Parts: sequence; structure tokens; C-alpha cells
Amino acid sequence: MSARAQLLLSVADDELILGWRDSEWTGIAPTLEEDVAFSSIAQNEIGHARALYELAAVELGTDADALAFDRAPEEYRCAPLVELHLLEWAHTIARRYLYEEADRVRIEALMRSDDAELAGLAAKIDREETYHRLHAEMWAARLRDEPRFRDAVEELWPYAVGMLEPELRPELARRVGKPSNSLLQAHERGEHTPELQELWNEMTEVRRSVPGAQW
Amino acid sequence: MVIKTAVTAEQVWAALEEIPDPEIPVISLVDLGVIRDVAVDGAQVRIEFTPTFLGCPALEVMKRALQVKVTELGADPDVAVIQDDSWSTDRITAAGREKLREAGFAPPAPRAAGATTLVQLQSKAFRCPYCGSTETKLENIFGPTPCRSIRWCESCRQPFEQFKTI
Repeated sequence: MSARAQLLLSVADDELILGWRDSEWTGIAPTLEEDVAFSSIAQNEIGHARALYELAAVELGTDADALAFDRAPEEYRCAPLVELHLLEWAHTIARRYLYEEADRVRIEALMRSDDAELAGLAAKIDREETYHRLHAEMWAARLRDEPRFRDAVEELWPYAVGMLEPELRPELARRVGKPSNSLLQAHERGEHTPELQELWNEMTEVRRSVPGAQW
Repeated sequence: MVIKTAVTAEQVWAALEEIPDPEIPVISLVDLGVIRDVAVDGAQVRIEFTPTFLGCPALEVMKRALQVKVTELGADPDVAVIQDDSWSTDRITAAGREKLREAGFAPPAPRAAGATTLVQLQSKAFRCPYCGSTETKLENIFGPTPCRSIRWCESCRQPFEQFKTI
């Protein structure tokens, strides 16, 4: 597989799996407004995943649904950060905040790519992500002094580092206000958590029930 | 064999004007600004379609509606989906913005100042589409579809939907 296809699948898998995790708040978020927000964010992230899979699919001779649902769990390229099953509000907000910061560093790098298709799609995704960042920014400001939130950010920081290629990590540390020696420990892409298998079982269950069906 | 009919670009644009947005049918796809280009070569019609939000579930419906409309003219459609940032809410026409307002959706603010900030969203610059008051506040950045936010009007005391600027 080309480096380009690997990159596309890494970003797409992050967006799909985080979109799935965010959608787990639908119906059970602490307020009605957050119920709407998490559902909408999940829908956007999965939409971004689809567009990225479509780009990769042209090169790999397949389609977006097959890439999203027909691979084995160990073939997914998502970072461990998005796999974690965090049905606890402080951790969920800490992950949204760290994910958006890391994703922004990555998208800005992709927008500078000399691959016109990739740069164009990254620019479109960037516009939509503006609203996810505003949501994360609002919550991070509100919870900044809450020990539970600060502890969650500390705990998840090595996972956020693992989302990015090493050359982009110092920029992430600068934006989040972490010292550069905090980049030494990372939960790297390629490792998978046991939570991914559970998520995969549920996410692909209907599609696996009737292989090859047109839905 | 089906004989295809040669058409003009003007005929195609006029036909596309008749296609309503699937979720906000007061506005057409042409007014929404998602048709970037129409190129006609005899009976071959190539349409460049720029999606609004990538997660919008109406995208497939819009694409199919474009194909059906061109087929109804007797021509052969080729709808290319352009997934870059060439669509923005600034592409919504003046007529389209007015139709949105009349239907109770506050149209998007221009992109001139760059990406939206939290300070802008929380400011009172947004006008209620029902009573015209700017005494409005942000309820939720997110709404019933990816393209809309929810605001509250202090003057007429009701919520309204605000198009996001992207």
C-alpha cells in the first residue's frame, strides 16, 4: 500500500472510530444541547471519514463502505486515543479537546500538501472542524480549573501525542502548553486497545449479517 | 437504443433551478450555490457539484436529483462531485438568502472576516428572522442538520435556526 493510501486510511479511521464513540452519547448526554452537539459532531466526523475513504478507494480499487466495514480490526490504522471507551464526561471532553488540537495540526499540514486532491479535501474538512474546535474550546475554558478534567487531560496526553507523526508533535505540545519532554511517552498508532474489538463487533454486525447485500 | 437530445447550457441551468434542496425546499440547488459548473457537449452534460457539509445525508439525494433532471431533458448526465473547499456559504445567492429568511432560517454571515470565532457566535450581531431584532444569543453551535446552529431571540422569545458560516 502506498504512503498516500496509508495516510488517508489513518486519518479516515481516526474520524470514523471517534465519530462512532461520539455517537455513543446520543440520547444519554448530560444535557439536551450536548445530545444534539455530540450527534452532529459524530455525523460530521463520519462524513469526513467517508470522503477520505473515497479518495483512498480510487487508489485501492474498492469503495468507501468496504474500507470502513470489511477490514479486520487489526487492519485499522486509527490511533489508540479514539478507540478508548470513555463513557465519563470529563474524559470525553478531554479527548475531544486533545483530538481537535492534534487534528488541527495534522489538517493544517495536509492543506499544504502538493497533492491537490488531498489539500482541497483537507481545506474543506478544516472549515467544518472550526465548529468542533469552538465546542471543545468552550468546554475546555469552562472546565479548566476542575481537577477531574485536568487529570483526564494528563492521562490522555500520551494518547494524543500518538495521533501525529513525530515531526508534528512539537507543534502540538506548544499549542496545548506541554513541555517538549512530555512527548517522550506516546501510545503509538499501530497498537490497538481491547476496546477496538468490541467496537468493531458492534459497528460491523449488521453488514456482516448478510455479506454483499445492497442496503 | 435511446436517442439523446442535444441541449444548451441555459436549458440545463433553467431545469436545475427547479430542484429544491431536499431538507430546506424553499431554496433551489442553484440558489444554494452547489452547482459549480455546467458544461454541455451535444447531448453530454457534465455538472460539477460541490457538497455543502461532507456529513450531510442529503448529498446522495441531491446528486440523484441532478442526474434525473438532465435525463428528463433527454440528455446524458455526468455528475462530478468536487470535494474541495470551493463551496462556502458565500455561494448562496442573494435571492436564496432572502428565501431562507422568509422561511424562518437566519442566513449565514459572510466569510469576509475568516473562520468563525466563539466571540462572534456569542455576539449579538445575528438577526432574528421573525422580528428582525439583534437581541439574540447562541443556544447551541449545533442543530438539527450539520449546516445549522440554534439561537434564541430575547425580543420575540423564541428559538430560531441560524445557518453556519463555512
